[in-house]
Amino acid sequence: MIRILEPGPLTTVQDRGRFGQLRYGIPPSGPVDRRAFAIANRLVGNDDTAAALECTYMGPRFEVDEACAIAVTGAPAPVTVNREPAPGWTTIVLRPGDQVRVGAPKAGVYSYIAFSGGIDVPVVFGSRATYIRGRLGGVEGRGVRAGDVLKSGPASAPERRRTVDPRSIPDFVGEPQIRVVLGPQADRFTEDGIAALLGGAYEMLPQSDRMGARLRGPRIGHVRGHDIISDGIPLGGIQVPGDGQPIVLLVDRQSTGGYTKVATVCSIDIARLGQVKPGQRLTFRAIDVAEAHHLLREDAAFLARAVREEKP
Amino acid sequence: MRFVPAGDLALSVEFAEEISVEINTRVRALEYLIQQKGVPGVVETVPGYRALLVYYDPAVTAYETLCEALRGLAAQTESAVLPSPRHVEIPCCYDDPELGFDLAGAAERLALTPAELVRLHTAAEYLVYFIGFAPGLPYMDLPDRLTIKRLDTPRTKTPPGSVSIGGTQCCIYPLESPGGFWVLGRTPLKLYDPAAAEPTLLRAGDRVRFVAIGRAEFDRIAASAPERADGSPGARESK
Repeated sequence: MIRILEPGPLTTVQDRGRFGQLRYGIPPSGPVDRRAFAIANRLVGNDDTAAALECTYMGPRFEVDEACAIAVTGAPAPVTVNREPAPGWTTIVLRPGDQVRVGAPKAGVYSYIAFSGGIDVPVVFGSRATYIRGRLGGVEGRGVRAGDVLKSGPASAPERRRTVDPRSIPDFVGEPQIRVVLGPQADRFTEDGIAALLGGAYEMLPQSDRMGARLRGPRIGHVRGHDIISDGIPLGGIQVPGDGQPIVLLVDRQSTGGYTKVATVCSIDIARLGQVKPGQRLTFRAIDVAEAHHLLREDAAFLARAVREEKP
Repeated sequence: MRFVPAGDLALSVEFAEEISVEINTRVRALEYLIQQKGVPGVVETVPGYRALLVYYDPAVTAYETLCEALRGLAAQTESAVLPSPRHVEIPCCYDDPELGFDLAGAAERLALTPAELVRLHTAAEYLVYFIGFAPGLPYMDLPDRLTIKRLDTPRTKTPPGSVSIGGTQCCIYPLESPGGFWVLGRTPLKLYDPAAAEPTLLRAGDRVRFVAIGRAEFDRIAASAPERADGSPGARESK
């Protein structure tokens, strides 16, 4: 059992996501940073379908009542176990009664805490992921609160500590270049508008959340207005309303919408975009679908090798 | 018809640049054919008015391969026979200003009496073109006579169940949300219920009719919290 002592500003239970429900208007949810999430699970011996905690800007303080393994990944948050510093991106073995605090990361937005065996909340429409706007999944469809007790599944902690190749640990500082595929409505923008998107830097705004990242920067101009006949919004769809400022739709997005979408962020870069803090900036670069798929394959191969057992 | 990439995990099959029953039927037919035939790599689909967004797994299928498979199915959409639609009756309380707070204003704007507006609104059958924007929110059209400019000032909160009209659309709010539509009444049914076996009351392709009920009936149904967990759709299926 995991007893939440302090929840942090917004900590939710997530798994890979809830698929097949977008046609009913229900988004997939799941982690914003899928990569860090997958690594956290692998570090504690879980498969990729296990549920873990996603923390926003700051993590929780909690206590475990049985031996288990945890791992903290994503935005680099300081971790302490019984007030002693503990490493991120590594298996941490806990004894009954241990108290863990995950603090505020010095860069990035989302940190992940995986528990051996995964977090056992009810499966709703095929997933444990929390969708707060729809009061769905996780703990009663909400973020965790002080006093919540979460069950973790039967522990199958790895026998040896696992760690991550330092090259696959992102630092989330600087001004990332986010790759996009132009469209589905690139033809509804002026040449100057597309050039603005791909040429300028955009600042992350504080109104951003799991639904969408709101950005401010060079105006992206339309031809024939900013409304379209409403259609589905893909993950990473960059919607541009009349003010010419882009909104990148993320895991808790609305399923359909009526604004033009100039481009779509490549799935491999969703995590990096989501980890850009308000006030930080990013740029966009266009690639084609074939290159995006090539990058995905490379990343999958890299990820498969990223987690390794520590030598005894 | 054209295929457009929507990033590296989805593509959009666009049939035409118009809102019509004919085009939307082809969109829903393509979705149905994908479900029936099973196209390798397709993860899920989202119908809109005139396009189907197809999510796929690039580890299973290449973009071109998928386009080819979908092109074959899209060619069959004009002749495809869709399952007969569900006819769903939705009880709606119009004659209580607490629930249908814009009924009088909308009637005045349309140069109708409130009774005439209710009569026209309940006489029509509405096609659910698709569900979108919020869980369980149906996109439905409206008889021409009821076309109405949206509210000048959108309200910040519209209660769930509000049956409303705006532009050329009829809509029911599943969750409390902001909105610029005229609220004619309210249904006691839950359009979206995360605790039910099926999360949403309506689906794309449903045919909807509104049935006027009084406040006492509204309260009775609302109190009995129609349980959809048993598989019943909550609303009465009239066929």
